[in-house]
Amino acid sequence: MSTPKNLSKEEAYKHDLKGYVTGLGLALVLTVIPFSAVIFGMSTGAALWLIAVLGLIQIVVHVRYFLHVDLSPERREDLHLLLFSGLLLFIMAAGTIWVVLNMNYRMMPGMHMIGM
Amino acid sequence: MEHTSFLFGRLTLDAIDPLKVFLHPVSTNLIILSGAAWAVVLGGIFVFALLTYMGWWKPLWDNWFRSIDHKKIGIMYIVLAFIMLVRGVIEGVLMRAQQADGLHGGFLSADHYAQLFSTHGTIMIFFMLMPFLTGLMNVAVPLQIGARDVSFPMLNSVSLGLTIAGAVLVMVSLVFGDFSTGGWTAYPPYTGVSFQPGPGPDYWLWSVTLTGLGATLTGMNFVVTIYKERAPGMTFFRMPMFTWTALCTAILMVFAMPPLTVASVMLVLDRYAGFHFFTNALGGNMMNYANLFWLFGHPEVYILILPAFGVYSEVTATFSGKRLYGYGSLVVATMAIAVLSFTVWLHHFFTMGQDANVNAIFGIATMLIGIPTGVKIYDWMATMYRGRVRFTVPMLYTTNFMVLFVLGGLSGIILANPSIDFQVHNTLFLVAHFHNVLIPGVFFGMLAGYTYWFPKMFGFRLNDTWGYISCWCWSIGFGLTFFPLYVVGLMGMTRRTVSFTNPAFEPWMLLSGLGAAVLSFALFALCVQLYVSIRDRETTRDIGGDPWGARTLEWATPSPAPHYNFPAIPHINAREAFAVAKEAGAGYQAPKTYSDIHLPGDTMMGVVMAVFGSGFGFGMVWHIWWMALASFAIMALSFIGRAIRGDRHPHTVPAAEIQAEHEAWLEKVRAITPVTRDLELKQANLGVAAHEYMEAAQ
Amino acid sequence: MSSATDATYQAPGIAYGAAEGHHHDRAATQLSGFWLFMMSDLILFGCFFATYGTMLGKPSLAGGPGPKDVFEMSGVVIETAALLLSTFTFGLASIAIKYDRPKREILTWLIVTLLLGATFLGFELKEFITMFHDGAVPQRSGFLSAFFGLVPLHGIHVTSGSIWLLIMIITIAKNGVDDLTKSRLARLALFWHFLDLIWVGIFSVVYLGGLA
Repeated sequence: MSTPKNLSKEEAYKHDLKGYVTGLGLALVLTVIPFSAVIFGMSTGAALWLIAVLGLIQIVVHVRYFLHVDLSPERREDLHLLLFSGLLLFIMAAGTIWVVLNMNYRMMPGMHMIGM
Repeated sequence: MEHTSFLFGRLTLDAIDPLKVFLHPVSTNLIILSGAAWAVVLGGIFVFALLTYMGWWKPLWDNWFRSIDHKKIGIMYIVLAFIMLVRGVIEGVLMRAQQADGLHGGFLSADHYAQLFSTHGTIMIFFMLMPFLTGLMNVAVPLQIGARDVSFPMLNSVSLGLTIAGAVLVMVSLVFGDFSTGGWTAYPPYTGVSFQPGPGPDYWLWSVTLTGLGATLTGMNFVVTIYKERAPGMTFFRMPMFTWTALCTAILMVFAMPPLTVASVMLVLDRYAGFHFFTNALGGNMMNYANLFWLFGHPEVYILILPAFGVYSEVTATFSGKRLYGYGSLVVATMAIAVLSFTVWLHHFFTMGQDANVNAIFGIATMLIGIPTGVKIYDWMATMYRGRVRFTVPMLYTTNFMVLFVLGGLSGIILANPSIDFQVHNTLFLVAHFHNVLIPGVFFGMLAGYTYWFPKMFGFRLNDTWGYISCWCWSIGFGLTFFPLYVVGLMGMTRRTVSFTNPAFEPWMLLSGLGAAVLSFALFALCVQLYVSIRDRETTRDIGGDPWGARTLEWATPSPAPHYNFPAIPHINAREAFAVAKEAGAGYQAPKTYSDIHLPGDTMMGVVMAVFGSGFGFGMVWHIWWMALASFAIMALSFIGRAIRGDRHPHTVPAAEIQAEHEAWLEKVRAITPVTRDLELKQANLGVAAHEYMEAAQ
Repeated sequence: MSSATDATYQAPGIAYGAAEGHHHDRAATQLSGFWLFMMSDLILFGCFFATYGTMLGKPSLAGGPGPKDVFEMSGVVIETAALLLSTFTFGLASIAIKYDRPKREILTWLIVTLLLGATFLGFELKEFITMFHDGAVPQRSGFLSAFFGLVPLHGIHVTSGSIWLLIMIITIAKNGVDDLTKSRLARLALFWHFLDLIWVGIFSVVYLGGLA
């Protein structure tokens, strides 16, 4: 955890505690907003965008404040691993959705594919 | 619905294959089916009796089954690979014999033939090549990076146990019931419960799931090992090429096995619990299976080939007596292949129905992989250029690989073009292509590595004469068997057919059958080689540990390497450090001080996983729920128990013992007359290389 | 020591200079292994997510209930709150250990975490039972199969995390905190936070995406 070195033990404790509290606060805000958007009936398109963007931000918040992976040199290896995994995850997940929806569309033309 | 009893699940007397030959009218097909079952049963009894008679159970138990020594685990992986290789080759030969007679209907039933190609593919990929490369990685990587062992020795034993459990299931399918007829890819809905209600696909699912889990753990283990256990001074860019390729393969294992696990878990849910992931009915989508399977399947191809590339790199440099040419470009090419391998999976189902733009993008991505692969071929050729190349057995495998693999790679570039793929997909052209990359590509690499590191594993070299015979038979047999398949494939002969009606195919099929005969002789020669080598081991002793005048760290230790690998952790300050040290006359040194070495203790976990993993799989396949549940509980509880207790028997090797052993070895090395490379294959080669034309590598 | 090191770096190729001078941080190695395991697990979840994403179309519903028919907002809100709070309380336990706070404080936070985890699991189970009761079973359609593949997989992970947590609580209560416990708890913390991160994906994609 990237606690500054020059702090006394009590200060370092406070510093770390503040990190978790900040994380919790940000995560709460980023959770409450999309939930209320859905509960109070925001239009579907706008709500989906909001959910996606805030979800991604919240993941970054979790990584930063709970998993403690940041830009500091001592966490560089974990950061690389996370980014590499993220890249592969993106290739696999986005690729799957793209390929399979494309096939679905061509197999059954005229049907609404995302028709919840 | 089938009858299920509590005690035996769905297992009934009709399912026991050895009995079938007595219960039904006799046919060639049935004799082969029951004969294989009898071979497994009698082979098992024979091995059991032999081990008992020789009194080998206790030494095996004490020194091997419970061992966490990476070299021993590696050897056990290779033994497994050899056993499965024998079955896989026999099945391949049977298929070629069937098709040689295919115009007249052959001698196998369609169902039996379908089981043969399903098990052949499953075995060769999951239970022959994967254990083989994992074995070589286990043997070589920790030695190459100057480590005591892998990072998680107990987990290494667990991986081996899970792999064995999967292999046991595949072998057991010969005795109880039928294997899947759905090919090694097991596409639903054909492998779904409505088309194959029997145990076949379940055998496939559980054996692949168990071994897949083992491979994931192996991957994690080796990534961490290579990241964390390198000796001081062994920077990434000083690592031997084989270690680099092992690293990339391990990364691929970590990230590419999960899609396979997901695909097989979903198929399990479909088959056992009536889910609709891939069914025809109620909104299932079988295209998802093809997609998930190949998300794993394509990186898997590179999991297989990269370690082989690593072996070729080591072998080429060693037997050309030169520094490896283009080290940096080889590293970059390996990493590029590893990443690109995740972007091309769709080329396995170009014809599934997505539009032309999607196909074009994946076609281009596929062709891109040809570039880094080409770089590697040029690097190896440049390494040989102006070297004094010694055509030993490993080197011969390497040169034959270079010629044959390039042909296979080129047919791959042809297939990467979707419009051509539409013409030849599902024909024997494709079968010829992937055998052309897997046999000369991966399998030759495994055999080269086996021959190359054999003295490091056992302290004596393999017999050369039988090695040459075997190598040429594999090469010629491969050409005879698979080049005709390109031809009939282009003529339109579909794959996986038990018989055919076009007489134009027959001459090619006969030629291919002849090739299969040569391949079976190659396998025979490989077995003879092992027998002759053990018999004549006194004439091929490797005492100094460096029989090939090699360049990397594993050759700086005695052969076979002591269980602690190095008397003290070496400090590395060059690439190809051993070559540099030998050049400076400092190849064999004593540490200034010795200290105690702490090693992890032996473990039962591997045995537990192998025995109860098999029990779990068997119980699931036959719906014997008590057996599955009990086996799973035992596996889970012993794993948790071991995690809580930790290693209860860690083991310390006293400094004095290490010093005595190491100095005794150094004494022997000084007494040995170093040999020049002209005497490399002679009895005089006791594993200490003379200075010759070795080029400094800085 | 320093002279031995110097000699080492002058030697060509290899030197056995300083014997066993290789410092080994076992806990860091284990943590790296655990990171890799989690990333492998991440891909596992990713494949289930992607499959779920392809199973939202009308053909996959097969005339059965869709997301709007089966998901209940109130349950998801409670589950999300419980899991988010549990990740925070685990964080409090982690710093309590890091700064050698009294054992009682560590145990309190771990037990609160466990209770929140149990709350999450309880409400998730209740949700599944309701769905089963309404005929929304996995055998009904491709969409429901995909749902019951993805969400219970996360539930199973939380269950194993809870069992692990329970074992850790018992160990700490009995034996106190030593280096081994610290290292294990660090890995469990990582696992627990990771599961909350996956839940962010689930509530965004499955529940909010489905109900929006």
